[in-house]
Amino acid sequence: MQEKDLELLRILEDNSRLSAKEIATLINLTPAEVEARVHALEASGVIRKYTTVINWELAGNGEVSSIIELKVNPERDYGYDRIAERLSRFRQVKTLRLMTGTYDLQLLVTGKNMQEVSRFVSEHVAPMDRIRETATHIIMKSYKENGNVLFEQQEAERLPYSF
Amino acid sequence: MRNFISERAQNIPPSGIRKFFDLALTMEDVISLGVGEPDFRTPWNICESSIYSIEQGVTSYTPNKGLPVLRETLSNYLKQHYCLPYNCDDEIIITSGVSEALDIAIRAIVDPGDEVLIAEPSYVSYAPCVTLAGGVPVPVECREADRFKLNPDALQEKITRKTKALMINFPNNPTGAVMNRKDLEAIADIIIDNDLLLISDEVYAELTYDGHHVAAGSVSDLWQRTITLNGFSKAYAMTGWRVGYLCAPKELCEAALKIHQYVMLCAPVMGQVGALEAIRSAEEDKNNMVQEYRLRRNMFVAGLNRIGLPTHVPEGAFYAFPSVKGTGLSDSEFAERLLTEHRVAVVPGSVFGAGGQSNLRCAYAVSRKHLTEALGRMESFLNGL
Repeated sequence: MQEKDLELLRILEDNSRLSAKEIATLINLTPAEVEARVHALEASGVIRKYTTVINWELAGNGEVSSIIELKVNPERDYGYDRIAERLSRFRQVKTLRLMTGTYDLQLLVTGKNMQEVSRFVSEHVAPMDRIRETATHIIMKSYKENGNVLFEQQEAERLPYSF
Repeated sequence: MRNFISERAQNIPPSGIRKFFDLALTMEDVISLGVGEPDFRTPWNICESSIYSIEQGVTSYTPNKGLPVLRETLSNYLKQHYCLPYNCDDEIIITSGVSEALDIAIRAIVDPGDEVLIAEPSYVSYAPCVTLAGGVPVPVECREADRFKLNPDALQEKITRKTKALMINFPNNPTGAVMNRKDLEAIADIIIDNDLLLISDEVYAELTYDGHHVAAGSVSDLWQRTITLNGFSKAYAMTGWRVGYLCAPKELCEAALKIHQYVMLCAPVMGQVGALEAIRSAEEDKNNMVQEYRLRRNMFVAGLNRIGLPTHVPEGAFYAFPSVKGTGLSDSEFAERLLTEHRVAVVPGSVFGAGGQSNLRCAYAVSRKHLTEALGRMESFLNGL
């Protein structure tokens, strides 16, 4: 991938709301060139979606997030892929990964409250074929999400002038 | 009572911006582009390793030259990154910032009456350090027309029988100018032909945006007559840690070490531990910061040119050096009015010596949001002139 595209992706990953014009001045391109590159990256599937990092705790909707670990019997010829694809169709599953270590699949599941999460796990996930074991961990507090610190940090004092 | 202040101390000119400094401290809502340090925090792994070492009781003196493991790691780093073959045993001294390295380098080589050429605009301490050592600082002007590079003819012109050394700083504070290999080769011949010593302050080496930094000591046959100064402040956002280093061939290094051991004994051990961690595992943090500076530079320099302050593209460091020639104001008037009327702090270029009289030093080591706001305020100021 070209250096300019990588720069563009890093900028968008940090703030996808910047306009093409603003991005253009950052990397010495014209706005039209930025737009063309963004379209190409969208078309090729490198850029999947533009989203927002929200501190839901602060927004106060009381949603509950949990990490669910699954031990799974893999399928001949397919391994974990088919069951993972099946799980990923659930709206409640925000993130799904295959892991090394003591369990196989890791799900990030959100729900309105604890009951909803637990019902989802016990009614939909646990009874699925090939799932041997589940462990549900409720997230109590989030301090950092996707590289963004969610707690208040003191700003460092700097002198107004220094050489 | 007698006047106890030495003539030397009396004769050092006071800081060129004391007045601005005091003024800015009394004002609210000032956006400061006057700061010569990164706005990032020191990467946490560096802080953590230093904290851990304090917990382990690592709080004593180190050898004068610095921790052996730090010198060894640094020696390898300089070889790999800059083709500088300094031996870790007797050609590297860890200092309390580049400021100390600069002082001991000058005192190690200057005798009373020796002339030291300084490529200006330059960092404010070069000339006073030469004076304090009994030498005579002689400015060599780097002109805007040369994109603030050191012009070989201008250098040749200033050389006399008393000239002993040349001091350069590229990437440059305050201009952001960079000397590439060809530029350095052109001055190398003059340095060698006139049997001069070169002091090269390369503290902004890692902040080079359009290519790779070329160390002066790696060019032609300069190595044996070059003292390389560098440090961790700018690249790793470690200004308050006070860790720099001086590298030079054995005999020169030994002379500087004699001074270092009496005036400093050693650089603070907590800083040295942090510096070691910086080289070992803060490469990515550094690259991320450099990447962000590059974006800010592109946007800020384009903005300055757009609002009517002609600015050459700085290839390194984190300073833009716009010209105020077209405004009808001197650099100091411009800086003072911009501060009092529009609350943006910049440093007048004349503070940095010859060649900077019509310019402003604007540090873009501040957030993009603040840069945008500062540009807006500068534009209103210009429109009101």
